[in-house]
Amino acid sequence: MTSADNLRAFRRDGRIVIVGASLAGLRAAECLREEGFTGSLTMIGDELGEPYDRPPLSKQVLTGWVPADGTTLPRRRDIDAEWLLGVPASGLDLATDHVRLADGREVPFDRVLIATGVRARPWFVESEAELDGVFVVRTREHAEGLQRALAAGPSRVLVIGAGFTGSEIASVCRERDIPVTVAELGPYPLVGALGAMIGEVAADMQRAHGVDLRCGVKVTRLEGDAQGRLRRAHFDDGSTVDADVAVVALGGIRNTEWLRGSGLAAGVWGIACDTGCRAMDLNGLITDDVFVAGDVARCPNPVYEYRLISLEHWANAVEQAEIAAHNMIHGQADRWPHLSIPRFWSIQFGVNIKSVGVPTFADEVVVTQGSVSDHRFVAAYGYQGRVTAAVTFNNAKWLDHYRQLIETAAPFPPPCPTPDQPVDTKPVPVDFPGPLLLAQGATVVVTGHDPGERRVTAAHQHHR
Amino acid sequence: MRVVVDLSRCEGYAQCAFLAPDAFRLHGEEALMYDPEPDDALRDRVLRAAAACPVQAILVDRLEGRRIPVEAARS
Repeated sequence: MTSADNLRAFRRDGRIVIVGASLAGLRAAECLREEGFTGSLTMIGDELGEPYDRPPLSKQVLTGWVPADGTTLPRRRDIDAEWLLGVPASGLDLATDHVRLADGREVPFDRVLIATGVRARPWFVESEAELDGVFVVRTREHAEGLQRALAAGPSRVLVIGAGFTGSEIASVCRERDIPVTVAELGPYPLVGALGAMIGEVAADMQRAHGVDLRCGVKVTRLEGDAQGRLRRAHFDDGSTVDADVAVVALGGIRNTEWLRGSGLAAGVWGIACDTGCRAMDLNGLITDDVFVAGDVARCPNPVYEYRLISLEHWANAVEQAEIAAHNMIHGQADRWPHLSIPRFWSIQFGVNIKSVGVPTFADEVVVTQGSVSDHRFVAAYGYQGRVTAAVTFNNAKWLDHYRQLIETAAPFPPPCPTPDQPVDTKPVPVDFPGPLLLAQGATVVVTGHDPGERRVTAAHQHHR
Repeated sequence: MRVVVDLSRCEGYAQCAFLAPDAFRLHGEEALMYDPEPDDALRDRVLRAAAACPVQAILVDRLEGRRIPVEAARS
């Protein structure tokens, strides 16, 4: 049998297992059927119920507008799958091609897609995490519990961590007129993702909305009363805050532990894969039958010097799911590369914050349009003289313009495309906390619009 | 009915908020908040909003009424 015959037989009656029944898993399943896969499809998920959307959990659900169980994802088509829900996968055996479930069942496959995502990082002291009033937000049960606690009118909410989720939750508290303290280890909110200049804007925004923002502090202890209810939080500078609700928003942990011993290159940063979403093994060899998509994937991006990048972005999960699904049922010559420029959004304090590109891949940042003090502007990020990212505050219509600048490795700083040129357009150092991970590498440009047409070519232009 | 908006694509034109204000609302100047499971009574308005979106960011369930419940297949 030729490989073309094999592929035809696989598409007709092969077995595909998708581990992870959330956004990426569902979209991949729909694409597999859309592209003509008629074999057996099994969806494995640790949560019960149909796949649901998570971004509304920290926004519409917490404001009380939408119920926590009201974010079920719409379907693009029927996927005719067997659903194994409520039990997590506990192992992957690539010698016999089986997924092992925590209850001992074994599920055989010909090809498998790993889309197990991320879980919330819990508070580091288990007994304190179990206090009544201490929450994380990742699942709809989490959001449901926190929404009820907010509706009960707490005297004060403490948000630990001022990343995007923590900032969004602080925003909801202010919208509900609940006093809120935000504790952030770094010098500003959002600083790890967007740098010091934008972080300063985010800090102003929080304080203008009445948030008690405390930066450069660490919460050392959560204190409960005799009934096991949260009462007070202690900081490393000796101060305390009385609060009856604490939200631990310290980011996520990628669900890769179940792959220990599988032989895949899986770890805390995710599962390494190629731009075709094929998983890499421990030796750095690309596997043929294991694919990865969504928050748990760690994929090289040619625009960022082929660095392996893991993204917890909604659009990235959808796009990788489509690429992975396509490649699972196509031969080498017809495979698609995932060459998307990352896009992200956050809604907080009445402002629509969006980004394109990788803001942490930058040495300088400059406001290119609008006014920072009005919270309506665009900032461009540059690395060694080319545009690598942009962030918009209430200026989303310009994002696509900057995406094109990134894809064409346009010179940094870019000219202001509108008459609303800001007063101060001098680039400043981007100033991220932590070590810089940048190096001199290949500069490429991306062309094509549809996934099947997108390609990379090396750019022989010399910036500074 | 079920709806999801690709907010990385949404540019805040707010056509949806005019056409189906019970399902789509602006938060501030351009940030969109929406009800992912709006009442079926809003169906026509939501479909009109989805059709009118200049960047086609609104996805409405295409399986309405012929859903095979996940629960039925759960082992």
